Amino acid sequence: MNRPLRRVAAACVVLFGLLLLQVNWIQVVKAKDYRNDPRNRRVLLRTYDRERGPIVVGSGKSRLAVAKSTVTTDALKYLRVYPGGAVYAPVTGFASFVYGYTGIERQENSVLSGDDERLLVRRLSDYITGRQVKGGTVELTLQDKAQQAAWAGLKGKRGAVVALDPRTGAVLAEATSPSYDPATVSSHNGQTIRQAYQALLAAAGQPMTNRGVQNTYPPGSTFKVITAAAALAHGYTPSTRIPSPTVLNLPGTTANLGNFGGEHCGDGQTDTLLNALEISCNTAFGALGMKLGQDVVRQQAEAFGFGDSSLDLPQPVATSVFPDGLTQAQTAQSAIGQFDVRVTPLQMAMVAAGIGNHGDVMAPYLVKDVLAPDLSQLGKTDPKLYKHAVSASVASQLRTMMEAVVLHGTGTAAQISGVSVAGKTGTAQHGPGAAPHAWFIGFAPAVNPIVAVAVLVEDGGSLGSDATGGKVAAPIAKAVMEAVLHP
Amino acid sequence: MTALSLPRTPGRTGRTAELALLVLAVVLAALGYTAVQISVTGSPSGGTFSYALGLGVLYGAAHLAVRRFAPYADPVILPCVGLLNGLGLVMIRRLDLASAESARQQGKVIPRADAPLQMVWTVIGVVAFIALLAVVRDHTRLTRYAYTCAAAGLLLLMLPAVPGVGATINGARLWIRVGPMTVQPSEVAKVLLMVFFAAFLVAKRDVLSLASRRVVGLDLPRARDLGPVLAAWAFSILVLVRENDLGSSLLFFGIFVGMLYIATERTSWLLIGLAMFLGSSFAAYHVFAHVQARVDTWLNPFAYSSGNGYQLVQGFFGMGTGGIFGTGLGEGSPGTVPYAKTDFIVAAIGEELGLVGVMAVLMLFLIVVARGLRAAVGCRDSFGKLLAGGLAFSLALQVFVIVGGVTGLIPLTGVTLPFLSYGGSSVVTNYVLVALLLRVSDAGRRPAPAPVSPAAARAQLADAPTTVVRR
Repeated sequence: MNRPLRRVAAACVVLFGLLLLQVNWIQVVKAKDYRNDPRNRRVLLRTYDRERGPIVVGSGKSRLAVAKSTVTTDALKYLRVYPGGAVYAPVTGFASFVYGYTGIERQENSVLSGDDERLLVRRLSDYITGRQVKGGTVELTLQDKAQQAAWAGLKGKRGAVVALDPRTGAVLAEATSPSYDPATVSSHNGQTIRQAYQALLAAAGQPMTNRGVQNTYPPGSTFKVITAAAALAHGYTPSTRIPSPTVLNLPGTTANLGNFGGEHCGDGQTDTLLNALEISCNTAFGALGMKLGQDVVRQQAEAFGFGDSSLDLPQPVATSVFPDGLTQAQTAQSAIGQFDVRVTPLQMAMVAAGIGNHGDVMAPYLVKDVLAPDLSQLGKTDPKLYKHAVSASVASQLRTMMEAVVLHGTGTAAQISGVSVAGKTGTAQHGPGAAPHAWFIGFAPAVNPIVAVAVLVEDGGSLGSDATGGKVAAPIAKAVMEAVLHP
Repeated sequence: MTALSLPRTPGRTGRTAELALLVLAVVLAALGYTAVQISVTGSPSGGTFSYALGLGVLYGAAHLAVRRFAPYADPVILPCVGLLNGLGLVMIRRLDLASAESARQQGKVIPRADAPLQMVWTVIGVVAFIALLAVVRDHTRLTRYAYTCAAAGLLLLMLPAVPGVGATINGARLWIRVGPMTVQPSEVAKVLLMVFFAAFLVAKRDVLSLASRRVVGLDLPRARDLGPVLAAWAFSILVLVRENDLGSSLLFFGIFVGMLYIATERTSWLLIGLAMFLGSSFAAYHVFAHVQARVDTWLNPFAYSSGNGYQLVQGFFGMGTGGIFGTGLGEGSPGTVPYAKTDFIVAAIGEELGLVGVMAVLMLFLIVVARGLRAAVGCRDSFGKLLAGGLAFSLALQVFVIVGGVTGLIPLTGVTLPFLSYGGSSVVTNYVLVALLLRVSDAGRRPAPAPVSPAAARAQLADAPTTVVRR
């Protein structure tokens, strides 16, 4: 009987050999997949076991956490809460274990979670000393008063506000409406998260869309600033008289270009460049665009950032476009910000900021500083020149023209007592029968500004198709600029 | 010939080595227990001392019993078993703490801790171990009770099917209620039936191995000798159908075919067994929905990750997260795997002790199996050989069935992992199994009594096999 016993022994060795191979397959070869599989609850436990760092705005006494973690008593140790709520939602995004991360929660995840390599040394010492590993802090450039003013101004409307510091490119406000409470999709309950998320997807007005950077719109008359910049750079002055027919025939078409309310500009034949901008004369700028040619206008637009698909805040930014291969008629329409010209509110804020900052557009940024859990600095953002858009003299001429717009043109609603404000209104058609979008871009103080702003209200807000940017958007811009000027 | 019949040096029993290894096993288990306590509760108190003391006393008693009743028995088997059992208690304690914690977080009633109960069962197991060694001084005497064992084994197997006695747990009717506890009688039946198989096969082995017809190079047994294997097969199917217990039926059939092969040395039995196994598996796949579900889940567990495959996939996640060195005792989340204390305890070990831990556990089992088979080889009588061989093989097969099932090597069928899984009947039965192995091992390693009288010498000569003398 010994021979079969030895064979049985050999068979047992084979059986155990198979088990060893299989265990190696699971615990070595497939280990990484299993460890990081989203269905593996341990991933979740690990994520929520660490204190995720806060996202803060302001400094010193006015320092305010707009997203932070609180200790809970359930299985997931920390809960993400959003004191910033809907006001800051387009910036913070959410941190959901069901739908992943968006916004700064996503862009700065490595710092917030504590996995960033800049935190490596500290993490190692935490590991050795047995201290709980914590995430770092992200400091935003946003100013709470400006953000709140933007949010309050947009209340009940669909639209976006972006405010920049023209000197640095720091984003001071980035609000969108409608918005949502990120806490509803960042809880610990998968089922309520799914319900909340589906409700947000189905909700009117796409509350999870950050209109300031993710959507593009026709800029309307605010684009005339760019056309004017191109003209000034090509030998025009504010007092140059340009053709301003009451009705502009569009070559090659049966269509005409008229002015708002059928008004005529200047003497009905010609007008100064200054006055054309002040009263936002469509026919004058349409004709000017055709005169300059599409390439000149496009180059000027690109000097402000149009066509750049690599811009990020670090939030990715939709590309603003001035179209190619235009007919003369299309060039005329494009020169007044219609046809297929599309911009983000951020882009228009950059146009205003560039003019205010003597022609230099600074690279916009949202993250002021990144701090380790012990509040030591890890990555302060230094302001960078983004593009040299126009010469200082052109910028100065544009500023004077835009001041006139606010002083006694279409933008009087943006006036702030004691401070000179430069600005431009816009009312952008975007389809037959639809109410136009209301725009305002501007900066204050007009000389050496500390705030530049772009306001977009979709479909002209409550005023319907009679809206002009001056009535709906300018007051919001005024409130935001005041919040920065008088903190 | 002369070398084999020389008496072994008396005094070299290996008992001292066994004691040293047992001390090591207790120390390792106590360290594991302390690690769990510190990691989960933050302090080493909470029964660490009484746990270590309890294990020490138990294994000390077992060791003394071996010294007294089976002094020549293999010295490695008991320490391996002791370490496995100790580790099992540590893991059950760890999972107790995990379920208490999750109940606390969810505001539910903290469930009954299983580790103390398992400790009680371990005590009963060791008492049974000692009792068997004390009562059964000569394993060949068991052949007298072969049919009693068979009857008792069958009765135990049938019990769960009896209304009022049996209990259905997790869709399988293989439990009986004894007071507040449930007992799985098939575990006990397994050992009883192996005793019967061994005795029966030794009595019939000549018929089973000699009378045959040769067909295409293969010795086929006569049709009427197929009886026993057919009976075993039919019986396994019966268990499967009546009690919905895939694991046990697979185990019974495998053990029986293995023992038949050891007894007859005929490969044809293996082939016939394999053919019957494949045939009935194929049929079962098509007839029983739950068998089909098991196989489908095995082939593609992630497709059923929230249904039938949940447990399997959670086990993979646990083991994958553990990786090579594991998260450390108390540092993982083994509580997320359902039935981590019983069928899936190897997944919990894989998560917290890593690949290294699982391989160590498998090696301990392999050592016990190898030592058991060695005892079979060293045993002088056919019954002892077959019994020890069968017991060792059954242990190997059971480990293969459950570890292979949990790791996705074979379809998952629920059987316990001997000594590690929570479950009273399993622990007690496996201690009895080990006691039988030690009994056979003791008989094989015991110095042969020196022939004293010519009559005795003649008797020995008569027992000796005839040899063919070359001219």
